[in-house]
Parts: sequence; structure tokens; C-alpha cells
Amino acid sequence: MRRAVLIGIPYLWLVALFLVPFLIVLKISLSDIALARPPYMPQLDLSEGLSGLFAFLAELDFENFVFLTQDSLYWKAYLSSLQIAFTATFITLLVGYPIAYGMARAAQEWRPTLLMLVILPFWTSFLIRVYSWMGILSNEGVLNQLLSWLGVIDAPLQILNTNTAVYIGIVYTYLPFMILPIYSALEKMDESLLEAAEDLGCSRLSAFWLVTLPLSKSGVIAGCFLVFIPTLGEFVIPSLLGGSQTLMIGKILWEEFFSNRDWPVASAVAVILLLILIIPIILFQRNEQKQREAEG
Amino acid sequence: MAQSVFAPWDDPEQKPLIQFVNVTKRFGDFTAIDDLTLDIYEKEFFALLGPSGCGKTTMMRMLAGFENPTKGHILLNGKVIDTVPPNKRAVNMMFQSYALFPHLSVWDNIAFGLRRESKDKDAIAARVEEMLRLTRLTKFAKRKPHQISGGQRQRVALARSLAKAPKLLLLDEPLGALDRKLREETQFELMDIQEKTGTTFVIVTHDQEEAMTVASRVAVMDEGRIVQVATPQVIYEAPNSVYVADFIGDVNLIRGTASARPAAPAAETPIAKPAPNAPPPEPETTAAEPATDTQPEPRPQPNALGEWLHDTLLTPILGQRDPGPRALPAPTDEERAAHAETAETPASHAEDIPAGGLQIVWADDKPPLIAANGDEALAGKKVVLALRPEKVGISKTRPDAANAMQGKVIDIAYLGNISTYHVELPGGAMIKAQTANTRRISRRDITWEDDVWLSFTATAGVVLEDVS
Repeated sequence: MRRAVLIGIPYLWLVALFLVPFLIVLKISLSDIALARPPYMPQLDLSEGLSGLFAFLAELDFENFVFLTQDSLYWKAYLSSLQIAFTATFITLLVGYPIAYGMARAAQEWRPTLLMLVILPFWTSFLIRVYSWMGILSNEGVLNQLLSWLGVIDAPLQILNTNTAVYIGIVYTYLPFMILPIYSALEKMDESLLEAAEDLGCSRLSAFWLVTLPLSKSGVIAGCFLVFIPTLGEFVIPSLLGGSQTLMIGKILWEEFFSNRDWPVASAVAVILLLILIIPIILFQRNEQKQREAEG
Repeated sequence: MAQSVFAPWDDPEQKPLIQFVNVTKRFGDFTAIDDLTLDIYEKEFFALLGPSGCGKTTMMRMLAGFENPTKGHILLNGKVIDTVPPNKRAVNMMFQSYALFPHLSVWDNIAFGLRRESKDKDAIAARVEEMLRLTRLTKFAKRKPHQISGGQRQRVALARSLAKAPKLLLLDEPLGALDRKLREETQFELMDIQEKTGTTFVIVTHDQEEAMTVASRVAVMDEGRIVQVATPQVIYEAPNSVYVADFIGDVNLIRGTASARPAAPAAETPIAKPAPNAPPPEPETTAAEPATDTQPEPRPQPNALGEWLHDTLLTPILGQRDPGPRALPAPTDEERAAHAETAETPASHAEDIPAGGLQIVWADDKPPLIAANGDEALAGKKVVLALRPEKVGISKTRPDAANAMQGKVIDIAYLGNISTYHVELPGGAMIKAQTANTRRISRRDITWEDDVWLSFTATAGVVLEDVS
């Protein structure tokens, strides 16, 4: 009995907070747009009994999904999102790895402080931090003022409202998610392994490639997924920092939902996004599993 | 037999493989190695022994190239290697934690060093197989380090460090992580492999038993200095300082003041006369008489003159020595017949004690201890008599020995093969005596609170200067 309760609680949680909302979204995505409240048809009317349910099911169709394939905007947005997510993840890795490495090699007494500094930005609202980037990157912003004061540029650089600003925003926001798993992998590593590699004839650089990098692999994979998965559906950063040409599916979804009030199409977009995300999520879980097995 | 023949350190023709020449290593204010000079020869199994923080690991890391000496030079085969990085030295190290690469299989771990030399694949495979056979790991080649036992991991680490056939193999506490039984087995395995490969081994350990078992020579270290370098036998039987005596094995340290004993047997003749007395007062008279005879002689004389005197006196003494003792047994035999056991004891011990050496006054009301092997140069100084427990006999009756002390058994440590008795002397000092348990436990007669006699021969202990 107790065991059943213990197992049941997380399942109940998943059903209530994940499966039910997903089914509602799925149902909306199969409905049609309507000028009503809520703005879609049909509504499930249980007062008519079983016949009402059948009538309801009969009206559901895949029309919205077909529509998504017809308008190039959507699949371009999906592709562009994937591309931005890939690139941003890669840049985050390039920036995050050396930081994590430096932290793991820092003196023992410094590590908690450094770790604290990495986590510190989370204490401020994410939205405020993105807004402050607007202040930094805009034409009259801090960065342009500094560069022109230094005499590096004559005319202000157009950074805000471009993809560059989106990359900066993503890398900045998700950097801790990259640093922390890599740091934890590197910190666990026994330093005598590097000495052993050197003792056996490796230079410092080849010891890094042959020992450090393979041993931090699981941390790198975890970090990449932790950045890639939320970036793919990112909406705030592209809408605040990106320009009109920045095509990301999160932004499209928001516009369908709130500007067009086309809930069924927006829901269809969300369902496809979820299906795309399931692949990296499964890969991520598998990596974690493998990691646990290797340690156990 | 091979051990007794192998002694390159005694041969001035031999060139050492490793030389430390006045090496000093400082970390900030801390001096880890203090002006140390040491030679290690080819094919030696050399042990660096000392408590943690004595600098032994620093020495090893300097040999491996992870640390550079602050002053002085380290030579390998006559070439200075002070600043040669670890990856360019013909020296390999077996790490205390083994430092096996967890992402590589046993096979790849062993091949790791060989691949860095970019040898051809067949040669690498052949060498790896050879190493696997040597360490009996062939069955586990495909496993990862976390899938094998501690003892197997230790062997992988050894195979990996031997694979490149280094001139010198460094072993940093190699057996620390193994349990006792496995450690003992592995010690013999290490010696066997060292002999087979002919590699020079330098082992760092804080376990004196391990050092004694495996090493051809042991260096005992303390606070960045080498206190004594010698074969295990010499280190154990003839330590050069109280530190070494105390660090290696179990030891009784009896503090006292030394005075010279008469070298000539003529001085010993009076001993035989009071001998028939009751046992307890007898040693006192033995102590008193030679003391008055000899003390004025060596004390005021300087060392050089004393040596000269000793040398000139020794030859006639040696000539006289033979007839001296021969003359003595005759009356003692008569006494033996006349008297009971008690008379026998002093008589025969007077016959056995070699002349010369030191006597040590360790308590005012007790007879001095005789150390015939003591260095006369220590006469008049505060000394420590270092006495191994296994050289102290224990009995209920007064034994027939050069040195005898009475005490009470306080504790008995029964270890199966041997028993250690902690005996308290009347002054409060504790002496440990060890006996092999050749008889079954039910038949042994000494137990707690028993009054017993401790005894040891005139050469059982080592007289050392008391520096504390």
C-alpha cells in the first residue's frame, strides 16, 4: 500500500501537470477557430451524453497541422529555431567550458565563491536582465557609447534587433546551465590522472584531449541539452532582442496565440514543437542514465 | 643468496643510476627536502621510508619531474634532469590512487604510454599482451577499471607503468589500498616482477614492514633529511639513531648514562669471586668494581689518544684473552657441583660476556646494564639502549644472562604466533618482551601480575646517543 502511494504520487503529478494540459492543447490543435469564448470550436458538451461525445470527436480534424505544412513561415521558423539553438548551444559551450575548467582548477577555497558568482544572476528576474541587455546593446546604449568614446567606431553599431543580439542574450542567459554540469564533471576528476598521462608521455595539450575532455564528456552533453532544449522554444529573448527578421518558433507561437487569437493553429505549433523536443529530451535522459551506471 | 651478492652501493666501481646532489626543495617557507645527497644504483629496489610529511613523496615527485629542485641537481645516468618535463623522462610512476583512466579499458590503459611513442600497432599489441601475462590480467583486458577488484587495479597500474620499460619505476605507496593478506602477496609479486624485468624500483611507503620486505636498501627519512640508508638488516639490527630505532619495528628504549667497561679480561676476574653470593646483590658488585677501575681511565683522555691507547692495548689483550676465560671455568664447575642453581647463573654468564663496550646506569638502585657492543666514544654521555622486544627473554626464575631485570607483568598481547609481555620495572618503566608461542596456550605459565625476570645478552641492544 505504502509502496503504491509512493509510486503513485509522482505519476499523479505527471498526469495532472503534464498529461492533462498536453491533452487539452492537443484537443485545441484539432479544433477550428471561432469568434467565441474560448475562441475555438467545438466545445465538449457532456450534457448530451455519449452521442454528444461522438459529435464532438467527429468535428476534430488535422486541418491545422496540414495548414502548418502549407505556409512556409512555420517550417522556416522551426528550421531557423533549430539552427539558432544549435549555434547558440555551441557558442555557450565554447564560452562555458573554459570558465568551468578554470573554476575546477581554482584553489579549493575559491570554488564556492566562483560557484556563487555563476548562480548569482538567477537572483534577479530573467526579464529584467534581458531588458538591461537592450540598454547595453541599443544604438545609444552603453556598448556603443563606450566604443565611440574609445574611438573604435564612428557610427553606432546596429546590434539590437539583430540575430547577434539574440545569440548574446541566449548565451548570457543559459551560460550557468552549461557551466554547472561541466564544472561538476571536471571537479570530480582526479588530478593525478593528468599527471599519469604526462608521466606516460603526453604533453599538457594531448593530456587534455585524451583524458580531461573524454572524462568531462557527460558534463558537456548534459550542459548542451540543458541549453538546447529551452533555447529551441525561446520566446522572450528573440522578441525583445531580435529584429523582425529573427524567425523563432516561440515568437511565432506567441504571435499566433495573442495577436491572431488563432488558438488552434498556435496549439498545433506547440504540439509539433513538443514532438521535436522529445528527441533531445530522451537523448539527455539516456546520457544521465549512462553516467549513473558508469559511476555505480 | 642473490641479495647478499647484490650490493652495488659497496662497490666504488659502480656508477649510480640516480644521484641526488645537495638537493633542496622549498615550498614557500617550508623546506620539504633539505640539502639531500643520495645515490641509487641500477636494479635496486630502493625504499623511501618515513612518516607523512617527511619529504619522501616530494623526492619521488622530483624524480618523476612533477617538481623541480630549488637547489642542487638530480642526475639520471650521469645526466642532469632537473628541468626535464615528466613526459620526456625514462621514468614512470605508479600512483598511490593508481590513476587509471576510467574511460579506457584495461588494455587501453596499458597501451596508453606505448601509443604516445607512436609505435606500430603490432608492437604495441605484443607489448600489452606481454604486460597482461606478467601481471596475470589477460582475462580482464576488455574490462573498465571500475569493473575489476582493487588488487587487479593495482596490477593494471603496475603493468601500465612498466609497459614503456622505464629505466626507473617509482611506486608511490603502491599497496596502501589493499588489505593485509593481499598486500603481503603483492609484496612478493612486486619483488618477483622487479627481478624479472630488472628495472630499478624506488618505492615510497610509510609502512616499515613493507619497506623491509621488498627493498634491497631502505632510506629512513625525517623532516626532509635522510637519517640512515642501509639494508633492512642493518636498519633493524644496527640503527644509527634513536629515531630510526623507534621508527622501525617495536623497540624498548632504556635511557641512562654510559661508562666504559674494562677491555681486559683481567678486570673481569674479580667478578667471578663475588659471584657465588646471592643473586640480587651480585650484579651490583659487578657494576661497582669495573666502574671504579675504568672510569678514571677513559674519561679525561681525548678521543684520538683513547683510540691510540685502545689500539695498543688491544693486541696484548687479545693474546691474553684466550687463557683468561679458560682459567675461569674450573672453579665454576666446582661451584656448580657444590651450590644450587643460583650459583650456576653468575658463573657461566661471566664466562659468556665479551670484554669491552659500555655499561649503562639506568636506575640508581639497579645494577648497570652491560652492552659489550657499545661504542666507547659514548662513555660518559647520556645514552639510550635500544632493545628489540624479541631479544628480551622472560622467565619466572632468575635467568642465566648478562643482563637481568625483575618486574611485574602488566599486559599480555597474544598475537597467535607470538606473545608480547608488557613488564613494569620497579621504577615504573615499561619493557616489552616477546616470545614465540611454541607451546599451546594452556601450557604457558606466565600470566598477569606475575613477578618475572627479563633478560638479554650483552650484545642484544644497540647503544645510541640520547639527543632528546
